Amino acid sequence: MTAIPLTSQSQSVAPGLVTAPTVTDAEIDASCQAPILLLFANAAVWLFIGSVLGLLATLKFHQPEILANCAWFTYGRVHPAQMNAFIYGFGVPTGLAVLLWIVCQTGRVRLALPQVVVAGALLWNAGVTLGLIGILYGDSTGFEWLEMPRYGSIPMLAGYLIIGVMAMLTLHQRRERALQISQWFLLTALLWFAWIYTTANFLLVAFPARGVVQPVIDSWYINNLTNIWFGFIGIATLFYLVPKLIDNPLYSRYLAVFLFWTLLFFGSWTAVGPGAPMPAWIPAVSTVGTVLLLIPTLAFAITLKKTMECQTQKAKTSLPFQFLFFAPPAYLLSRLALVVTSLARVSVVTQFTWFTPAVTQLFLYGFFAMTMFGAIYYIAPRLLGTAFPSPKLVKFHFSLALFGILLYSLPLAIGGVRQGYALNDASLSLQNTLDSWLMCLRVSTLGELLMVLANLLLLVNLGAIIYCRASVEAKAAWVANKIAGVRP
Amino acid sequence: MNPGPLLFLGAFFALATSWLGFVLAPQLQLGREQLVEIQETGVAYPPMRPGMARQGERVYRANGCFYCHTQQVREQLYGADVVRGWGGRAGKVQSVAQDYLQDSPVMLGSQRVGPDLANIGLRHPSANALLWHLYNPRLVATGSVMPPYRYLFTKRKLKPGEKPSAEALPSNMPGAPVDEQIIPTDDARALVAYLQSLHSDGVLFETPPPPAPPTNAVATASTNAPSTKAPATNAPATNTPARTPTNGPAK
Repeated sequence: MTAIPLTSQSQSVAPGLVTAPTVTDAEIDASCQAPILLLFANAAVWLFIGSVLGLLATLKFHQPEILANCAWFTYGRVHPAQMNAFIYGFGVPTGLAVLLWIVCQTGRVRLALPQVVVAGALLWNAGVTLGLIGILYGDSTGFEWLEMPRYGSIPMLAGYLIIGVMAMLTLHQRRERALQISQWFLLTALLWFAWIYTTANFLLVAFPARGVVQPVIDSWYINNLTNIWFGFIGIATLFYLVPKLIDNPLYSRYLAVFLFWTLLFFGSWTAVGPGAPMPAWIPAVSTVGTVLLLIPTLAFAITLKKTMECQTQKAKTSLPFQFLFFAPPAYLLSRLALVVTSLARVSVVTQFTWFTPAVTQLFLYGFFAMTMFGAIYYIAPRLLGTAFPSPKLVKFHFSLALFGILLYSLPLAIGGVRQGYALNDASLSLQNTLDSWLMCLRVSTLGELLMVLANLLLLVNLGAIIYCRASVEAKAAWVANKIAGVRP
Repeated sequence: MNPGPLLFLGAFFALATSWLGFVLAPQLQLGREQLVEIQETGVAYPPMRPGMARQGERVYRANGCFYCHTQQVREQLYGADVVRGWGGRAGKVQSVAQDYLQDSPVMLGSQRVGPDLANIGLRHPSANALLWHLYNPRLVATGSVMPPYRYLFTKRKLKPGEKPSAEALPSNMPGAPVDEQIIPTDDARALVAYLQSLHSDGVLFETPPPPAPPTNAVATASTNAPSTKAPATNAPATNTPARTPTNGPAK
């Protein structure tokens, strides 16, 4: 955790006198091309696999007999496999890829040792594959979001550390010495994941803590991964890309700095909900942290609202912008729901219901994945030097993803509240509480199906642009020949 | 001015406080919790699970039962947990940290698609009913969305006139197949042993029993006299004063 690069900028020149960048965009993109495309492509595959697993898990609420004789595909294995495929298969690798690219761009520097980053990405990917097989086989550790057994989590951590060291090395070599606000977010997230992931695996899997200390650490990990890692990477991406797309600087740098510190303090202090079987100070303190999360949430909403107000026509028509435009409202909505449900009076209804997964999914897919989709559609054409062959399919991807997440989260949230009231009404038998939410859950399956199709379209679009690039030289030669009048 | 080092130190400090608060502090407070001897029985609480149940804990974890079933009872007026009969002890029934000392991993669960299982061992004494529930939940609870765990059982056709073996499930369940026998695997039996071992009913200092209602008119008339029925807790200062008024008039 010694961030040498951050502290080693004592020789940096004053901001006004920065030496002219000598590295061109083309050089940066050439160094980033292989590792970042590999991370993107892998992530898209896992995203699709994860959503198919998710659909299978939900279908079991329509018909519990589906694949019921197969231990590998029982609900209690498919559901965690889906979450892990999303978080570690899609979320972390795309986050890392975008992080590497932004660090290169803002620092005006080539990616350090791209081959090593590729090796790190492959190692990470091997870990995810082994871990998911482990979960389906029945080797889950029993901790939510940390189900991957050791033979999955250790290669993953090694891959992460390799990529992380390369990111720090790239940052160290940067030519633009001044750190932008988006770099603050990215670097904090980069270091914090290593800390929380090792802490959690060390104290839960390697040398398990005693009793309820385990669930405390697990929820601390889940909330820090959500609010700090996914939150920071998403916010950094928005703060970097949105001003670029609308040709307008960020609304207020001071507000962004304020957001950084408040989210850092309060976002990391969210852990356990009220009513948990542990000393009362633990839920109480984390409720305070969660309620104070309101401050950075509003700061974030104001910053992006004000920045996006003066959007140009150019931005409205650009493909990535629509994804980035939807992400802040999803963030605002999901964090407000989190704040409200952390209060004991509301939590008594929503705790243990479908409301929680609805809010989590709104954050992970509506905010984080949408931001990452925007980033992928922004970065991939630059790395490959060619546009997406079918902008219509990109727009279609956006529509499917948008309706998918809305159709998933809203019915499930409503069902969750109904379920909460039914569970608290002791005159209803437990069988009768099913009626309160089962229909809502079945409606949300439609949203899940749309998300599966959206994720498939991402895969198709990425495949198409890579295929285009592969054949672009051949095409160019063919066109040149045609112009020259040479007929085959 | 160069904000780099300051920024790094600040971020490090901010995140370190959360680690101190939610990892180190709970570990210092709860990490060395010891078993408590229950006064009435002299047994350490929570008791060690028998070997079969420990095997079953593995099955419970591997099949992700805890994604739909919690193992935590909330306090009396917080939700309907107690009214639903999910509590294990009389009086203050909610689950407390002490209840989980023998569990690793501690699978509190986060969703209640099905009932809470913290005290399933007290509610559901029959192993066969639990086995049938696992084999086909809809035989036991109509309309249940619980997936069947048939892969924890083996099925064998009965020859005409053949009697089912002793390990097979008794076919007294309505709707059960008649011409074949269903034999639970070791995993199924272990899982049921684990479920039967789930009970958080130790009366502890932090979960005292309800104050016993006054038993006779004399007790109600005397203003300060503590109840003659001394609650059997390990809580201090309940036994000593209770004896004084009964001894006094006899002399």
